[in-house]
Amino acid sequence: MLTYVLRRLGLMVFIMLGVSVITFSMMHLVPGDPAEVIAMERYGEEITAETIEHVRRELGLDQPIYVQYSRWLSNVLHGDLGYSHRTDRPVLDEILTRLPATIQLALAGMLVSLIIAIPVGTISATRQYSAADNISMFGALLGVSMPNFWLGLLLIMFFSVHLGWLPVFGRGSIEHLILPAVTLGTGMAAITTRLIRSSILEVLGQDYIRTARAKGLKEKVVIYKHTLKNAMIPVVTIVGLQFASLLEGAVIVEVIFAWPGIGRLLVDSIFARDFMLIQGCILFIAAMFVLVNLLVDISYAYLDPKIRYEVK
Amino acid sequence: MHDLVTKIIESRLPSTEVFRGLRKHRLALIGAGIILVLIFIAILAPFIAPHDPIEQNLEHRLLPPNAEYPLGTDNLGRCILSRLIHGTSVSLQIGVIVVGIAATTGVTLGLIAGYRGGLVDELIMRIVDVLLAFPGIILALAIAGILGPSLYNVMLALAVVGWTSYARVVRGSVLSVKEKEFVEAARALGAGEARIMFRHILPNVTAPVIVMATLGMAHVILAAAALSFLGLGAQPPTPEWGSMLNDGRAFMRTAPHLTIFPGLAIMVTVLAFNFLGDGLRDVLDPRLKGAAR
Repeated sequence: MLTYVLRRLGLMVFIMLGVSVITFSMMHLVPGDPAEVIAMERYGEEITAETIEHVRRELGLDQPIYVQYSRWLSNVLHGDLGYSHRTDRPVLDEILTRLPATIQLALAGMLVSLIIAIPVGTISATRQYSAADNISMFGALLGVSMPNFWLGLLLIMFFSVHLGWLPVFGRGSIEHLILPAVTLGTGMAAITTRLIRSSILEVLGQDYIRTARAKGLKEKVVIYKHTLKNAMIPVVTIVGLQFASLLEGAVIVEVIFAWPGIGRLLVDSIFARDFMLIQGCILFIAAMFVLVNLLVDISYAYLDPKIRYEVK
Repeated sequence: MHDLVTKIIESRLPSTEVFRGLRKHRLALIGAGIILVLIFIAILAPFIAPHDPIEQNLEHRLLPPNAEYPLGTDNLGRCILSRLIHGTSVSLQIGVIVVGIAATTGVTLGLIAGYRGGLVDELIMRIVDVLLAFPGIILALAIAGILGPSLYNVMLALAVVGWTSYARVVRGSVLSVKEKEFVEAARALGAGEARIMFRHILPNVTAPVIVMATLGMAHVILAAAALSFLGLGAQPPTPEWGSMLNDGRAFMRTAPHLTIFPGLAIMVTVLAFNFLGDGLRDVLDPRLKGAAR
């Protein structure tokens, strides 16, 4: 187990280095001279050549690229992601202020998704090819295909504008959380339902289930005690894999519902051309994603001993 | 001998078998039917759209569906139906271009990585690992955001993000195919590396690529619409479904049709590609085929 964890940690360090190279390179994707663009964003259109040079020196853009990268990486490792030119606050502070809102939304979305997916996936698998199965699988495809930004708008139209039951924007009470969480969770539930269904179907085909049935156990016991328990192991991976969709979905959901999370911060920073903040958000989100994947892999290896001995 | 090898390869993916399999898959047929209709709509858009999609008519703004404007008009008095019809070609083009670039790049690099192995494989697959460490849409969002809002930048960003999954799947398939006897036979006959990779191995790894590309169309159309919805993709007055939805947000109370119809168009299109992709997966996935027998 320890070897496995160490190997995964080594891989994570490598991946994070790669992530840092890509994130750093993004600054150089800015069309034109980055120093000039940043100077214009900071000080307005009428800037002098001196101002541009000042910005270039300040950001170290006059140095060779490898020096720029190593300096940037060293700063990042010390928790310095630069300053937002819009608010003049450290990028890391901006992100950490918004983090609880995103985590709250992601957890609520995941909860909604599991509340829908576990029962529907179970019914679908245990009654394979029945009308219930066909309807749930059709519903799942519908859910995967429905743009979450459209679903969000429809929910707002119905529950907020038409019925007036729930608030449209912002964060505060539990009422504020319902629509964003349902929007985020529904799309994910579609994918999770299919995965849970196939996971249960796989377990149902195992010899020990046949044995349990041959012993004359009641179908309920076979399903709840023998099948579900084993089928839920991959759910850990599912939940982990869904983290990417959660973060992706959260960006749009946060924009629609004016939810003050990292996704909305990223979109706002893009429109404000706040490059340091864009860079910081991307790096932070990728780091979160890599870390969650690592935790999922480790917990999965803990739950399923076969993985530990798997030769890659 | 060469002919024999080619015949063996071709017999592995008989298209008649695929069609026969798809015929039994009702949802896949529905999906294929919808896609055909969408292609016709896209091609015939200038002839079937009742109005000019970008012509503004402020006297007719925010009209509900009526005889002259079957799906109503937007805040600038433009015909929603005409904009949706022209938007079909925009969305399909985005899908085809992005999936085309991503699949070509991913398949080529996956082939090279799997066939060559060693350092080249390590390099390509580690790049894939690193790119997959970013949630796809968020990376695309950042790339498109930094390059500046435009449909081309969105397509570029989605292609940069999208090739990795093709590379990973193709590499995996190549690893098993390259050990097969017909590859050895081709090598013994003196075929060059490129010929072995593209003429002998590639046809044997196309099945998962076809499935991925079909499902990829659904994903790309949805992602591009999302980025346009956020204001990063198509710019006014281009009739793009995602940006139409964004335009309609401000009028949810007074003109809900601005929100309902573009979303419906996105969903139906994405659903059609998902139906077809699902059907193709059932027909082409050898594991499921084995299980069925």
